[in-house]
Amino acid sequence: MSATIAGLARSGPGAFGRFARGAGRFARQQPLGTLGLLVILLMAAAALGADLVSPYDPEAADFAAMLAPPSPDHILGTDSFGRDILTRLLFGARTALTIGLASSFLGCAAGGLLGLTAAYWGGRVDMLLQQLVDIILAFPIIVLALVVVALVGRNTVAGIDLNLIAAIAVPIVPRAERVIRAAALGVRAMPYIDAARAGGYGDGYIILRHMAPNVMAPFLVLLSAYVAQAILLEASLSFLGLGVTEPKPAWGLMLSGDSANFYQEAPWMILFPGLAISLAVFAFNLFGDSLRDWLDPKFRT
Amino acid sequence: MSGVTTAEAPPDGNRLGPMASLLAVEELRVDFRTEAGLVRAVDGVSWCVAPGETLALVGESGCGKSVTALAILRLLARPAGRVSAGRVLFAGQDLLVMPEADMRAIRGRDIAMVFQEPMSSLNPIMTIGAQLIEPLRIHLRMTPAAARARAADLLRMVGISDAERRLDQHPHVFSGGMRQRIMIAIALACEPKLIIADEPTTALDVTIQAQILELLRDVSQRLGIALVLITHNLGIVARYADRLAVMYAGRVVEEGSAAAVFAAPRHPYTAGLLRSVPRLDHARSGRLDTIEGLPPNLLHPPPGCRFAPRCFARIPVCESDPALRPIGSDRQAACHRAEEMPGILPPVPVHAIGAPATEGGSLLEVRDLVKRFHVPAPGLFGGRGATVHAVEDVSFSVRRGETLGLVGESGCGKSTVGRLLLRLTDPTSGSILFDGENLATAGPAAMRAMRRRIQVIFQDPYSSLNPRMAVGDTIAEPLRKRLGLGSAATGRRCAELLDQVGLPVSMAERFPHQMSGGQRQRVGIARALAMEPDFIVCDEAVSALDVSVQAQVINLLAELQARLGLSYLFIAHDLAVVRHLSHRVVVMYLGRVMEVAARDALYAEPLHPYTQALLDAVPVPDPAMEATRPRRVLGGELPSPLAPPSGCVFRTRCPCAVDACAEAVPPLREVRPGHLAACIRI
Amino acid sequence: MLSFIIRRIALMVPTLLGVAVLTFFLLRVVPGDVVEVKLRSDGASVTQATVQAERVRLGLDRPLVNQFGSWMGGLVTGDLGTSMWTGRPVSQEIGVRLSLTLQVAVMAAIIAVVIAVPLGTLSALFRDTWLDYAVRIFTIAGLAVPSFWLGMLIVLSLLTVFHWSPPVTYTPFWRDPVQNMSQLIWPALAVGYRYAAVVARMVRSSVLEVLREDYIRTARAKGVWESHVVVRHAMRNAMLPAVTVVGLEFAFLIGGLVVTEQVFNLNGIGRLFVEAVTRSDFVLVQALIMFLALVFVVTNLVVDLLYGVLDPRVRPGA
Repeated sequence: MSATIAGLARSGPGAFGRFARGAGRFARQQPLGTLGLLVILLMAAAALGADLVSPYDPEAADFAAMLAPPSPDHILGTDSFGRDILTRLLFGARTALTIGLASSFLGCAAGGLLGLTAAYWGGRVDMLLQQLVDIILAFPIIVLALVVVALVGRNTVAGIDLNLIAAIAVPIVPRAERVIRAAALGVRAMPYIDAARAGGYGDGYIILRHMAPNVMAPFLVLLSAYVAQAILLEASLSFLGLGVTEPKPAWGLMLSGDSANFYQEAPWMILFPGLAISLAVFAFNLFGDSLRDWLDPKFRT
Repeated sequence: MSGVTTAEAPPDGNRLGPMASLLAVEELRVDFRTEAGLVRAVDGVSWCVAPGETLALVGESGCGKSVTALAILRLLARPAGRVSAGRVLFAGQDLLVMPEADMRAIRGRDIAMVFQEPMSSLNPIMTIGAQLIEPLRIHLRMTPAAARARAADLLRMVGISDAERRLDQHPHVFSGGMRQRIMIAIALACEPKLIIADEPTTALDVTIQAQILELLRDVSQRLGIALVLITHNLGIVARYADRLAVMYAGRVVEEGSAAAVFAAPRHPYTAGLLRSVPRLDHARSGRLDTIEGLPPNLLHPPPGCRFAPRCFARIPVCESDPALRPIGSDRQAACHRAEEMPGILPPVPVHAIGAPATEGGSLLEVRDLVKRFHVPAPGLFGGRGATVHAVEDVSFSVRRGETLGLVGESGCGKSTVGRLLLRLTDPTSGSILFDGENLATAGPAAMRAMRRRIQVIFQDPYSSLNPRMAVGDTIAEPLRKRLGLGSAATGRRCAELLDQVGLPVSMAERFPHQMSGGQRQRVGIARALAMEPDFIVCDEAVSALDVSVQAQVINLLAELQARLGLSYLFIAHDLAVVRHLSHRVVVMYLGRVMEVAARDALYAEPLHPYTQALLDAVPVPDPAMEATRPRRVLGGELPSPLAPPSGCVFRTRCPCAVDACAEAVPPLREVRPGHLAACIRI
Repeated sequence: MLSFIIRRIALMVPTLLGVAVLTFFLLRVVPGDVVEVKLRSDGASVTQATVQAERVRLGLDRPLVNQFGSWMGGLVTGDLGTSMWTGRPVSQEIGVRLSLTLQVAVMAAIIAVVIAVPLGTLSALFRDTWLDYAVRIFTIAGLAVPSFWLGMLIVLSLLTVFHWSPPVTYTPFWRDPVQNMSQLIWPALAVGYRYAAVVARMVRSSVLEVLREDYIRTARAKGVWESHVVVRHAMRNAMLPAVTVVGLEFAFLIGGLVVTEQVFNLNGIGRLFVEAVTRSDFVLVQALIMFLALVFVVTNLVVDLLYGVLDPRVRPGA
């Protein structure tokens, strides 16, 4: 009933117009989510422009300025090596965002494809895949990431540890598979998929052209949720010394090692990196939540 | 806002005066806040019900009838829906301004409601006993023991046997029909004065529908309960209602006794509705008379009469809004030309539909088709699991240019047959010969070629089109990918197809959610036609459409068949619709064929007891005729396809069953030339 | 009902088998030699002879099939091997630390449920009010704040504000409850906050969804008091998915504890795991992975069975 009312009230402009209107509506209806998006964009800008903003080198030690509290010279203070914390935070944002986005995208895409395939074929293929996913899911996320890191070691390309990205992506794959499979099963039951099969199109074509676009909504929500998770995971791994290592700047890394020894004298050493992690994860979760709320009850009054 | 009421009219359209009616709705207005703005779903609606009377609220989807019912009980989903004006008088009090505590006391005790969806209207984790006892304890303050006893009585009253044991069961073990009986039992619990039933049988099979409606009528007459029946089915109105109120675009357009309104409708919309419904009692006249166009957008309703844009009788004065005014002693209508109705109705156009191409040879031959689904037992070490006998030994044939109707209720296997023909699922055994080639065993390459010649139109317009593809792309896809046309040729052909199905070419840019149900179904037809098929499986293609839209699509399908020489397998559960389009009909029950005959022979003289029961159960939109029809309701429930009865599967419900019926499956034999039936008692 | 339980237990078996196989092969796929890596990180002299001797000691020179056999056999009997690092049986290492980790996990679970259920419900019932927004911000913060950082903040504030730090040695609950709680309540809070956040979000969305269902409308139409509609009809149905989440998150808790135990210097399973990885003690790593997976699968089993008790639709037969 409500659908009919809303349906009667709807009209239709062109594609770009629809997108712009949609974005405007999103901003109005989801203030929290828009806030999250703005924070994310701000962080991305800060990360990209890190060397423009800050005069210090994130990795160079300056023992004269060790453990200095926040001051006009060092807005957020310095750590036990005398490195400016703000600078390390900004450069750390690069690591966090790069690894977060890359791992999440990799994991969600791989998991999503598996989920689509499992839902489309059904039957034995699905059962087998589910059993495999069950097995991998039995490993806690951090355990899996730890093990992968320990196994494959480091492989740094252009300052980014590709293996770390892979290690964080691995536990995301089965979780993404589950979510996308559930959504894809719903799509699979739709008559237009049957119509496509009755039309004689190939299976791969149907999966990519008809099923994938219709799981975009949960996929996008998943993506943003797992960027948050990936950033947390990277922080945890770096904290344990198994992620990014000294002297590169990474938020989790800034919380471990010497910070553990010195944080009573210099609490700003742990305060600001932790806040940065929390803020990033918070923003992505806010945005992802709002995206879900906005995309889901679209036809409910 | 309705115009000025004339001086002779009783206040606020209540013809009986405030004391005689049980419930009187006066100038009710309900607004909905949507993203796009304020929608006035109900705009000045007035009607009333006398004690013990049955009033039908009739209209198509979006007319506001369900919203009215929810508004009466103040059950509208907050915060979106809001009553903005009007009164609802019940026993002298206005329900809309009553304190919530008093309103709550009335709900379930004096006024009860039965909803449309039996499958989701009961709490799944509470026993039905607990749900029955709840109103008894709240309103009547019964002790647990007394309440339980009464609950068992109620179950028996609605025809559920073994009541004591059933009280401790959960809803999911009951069928749809039984759940609706339980809902009625809950409604009856505190002996209400009024029951509002919102499309109570729309989700049920025809034979079960008849059972439930008979139950409601029986209860209403015995206990003197007034009934407000909300429905879109004019046949149900004719059979069960004393009075009716027709709604359109949030307003009541006509009101009066059922006999009078059906005999001589005073509003062009009512007349149009009556004409566009396919009927079992009328001769098959060819084209159905349709109401062109669509209901208005309630966000911006047209000034003046809301039906005027679609009305054949439109005159300049219709630019001002007609009020609901009395016509004669017992009726009301909201039309400037109501006194002239029904005289000004144009005569029913008679278009002869061409005879079927009997000289065409057989295109499709299905022989001994069997499909069984294996349901595995849960877990690794469960038992053998169960087998669903979906389709058993089904045989029929379809000639070129012919429409074969495939009729049956839910679970009869008709949709499965459709899917088997399309090879969306593989048959367990049997053959499907299409122009000589056996589809059941064809390999992938052969199947791919075959798929150009056999196409499909699905039931649900909302889910049969890819929501992410523009309509033009949906139609162009087969042209580009399967016919291999270049982009210029594709564009041309796409425009041709849209025109062929009666849609403007500009629709190609639109997405499905921007179109109405009827328009989407036309797109589905265009998509099927794009392949230039010989044969189309229409799987309940019009079942989800409103009556007036249904007529348009039926006409389109008939026209396309005549023009392009298509053959159809028309799968449906609505016997009147099947009768309108088909040349021959197959009746199925629980996976087996019960009867096969030419259309006229089947409807005039059904041989099989099941076909007879089906035809009995369908009400005809003619109160005079309905009053004289014998009441023969098919009892019992549909057996589970996991364990079909031995021998004749219909014997458990058949009025003429004997012991011999259980021994062997009756063969489908030719009782008269061209008329086959599977029954040993004919 | 019994057959239902047996069937559910039987479903566990292939998963556990798969984990065992995967774990076994995972750790033998390591580039370079596990033993060599270990000896090198120990700082011991690494020659072919020492490596070979160590391999023989650990039984790594045997054919893969034999190794797998004794691994699987050991799993069944409970013999998980001997730690390369401490030299003690793995089962002993686990046993000593298990009660601590378990206690923290259970306390975190209790904190979570006690906070989350009422907050989530209220947030749903008063949707889009300030209460709802406050709860939503609270829960999203809970997901955002890394539990190990929260732990650090807790310790820091205890130190600076109360000039007190939690005890370092573990005393079991029955021996000295006060001492025990004063040590373990803080890590329980640190991981419990996130746990509460996840559960609260689930409860909120579940209640919202249930309130939209048709049977809630039926209940109101029957004249049931609104409070009864919420508690008797809505909540009971809404709790079903919440139970699943409480169970799943309990298993995921280990992940949070792995890092948090470092912060609080707790000698628990999580810490043991990190130590094992950093010391490349693959016997211990292998055994711990198996153990953690077992915990996960058993937790799932308990949740499934509980679901069967709560939701009549899941039970077989009728």
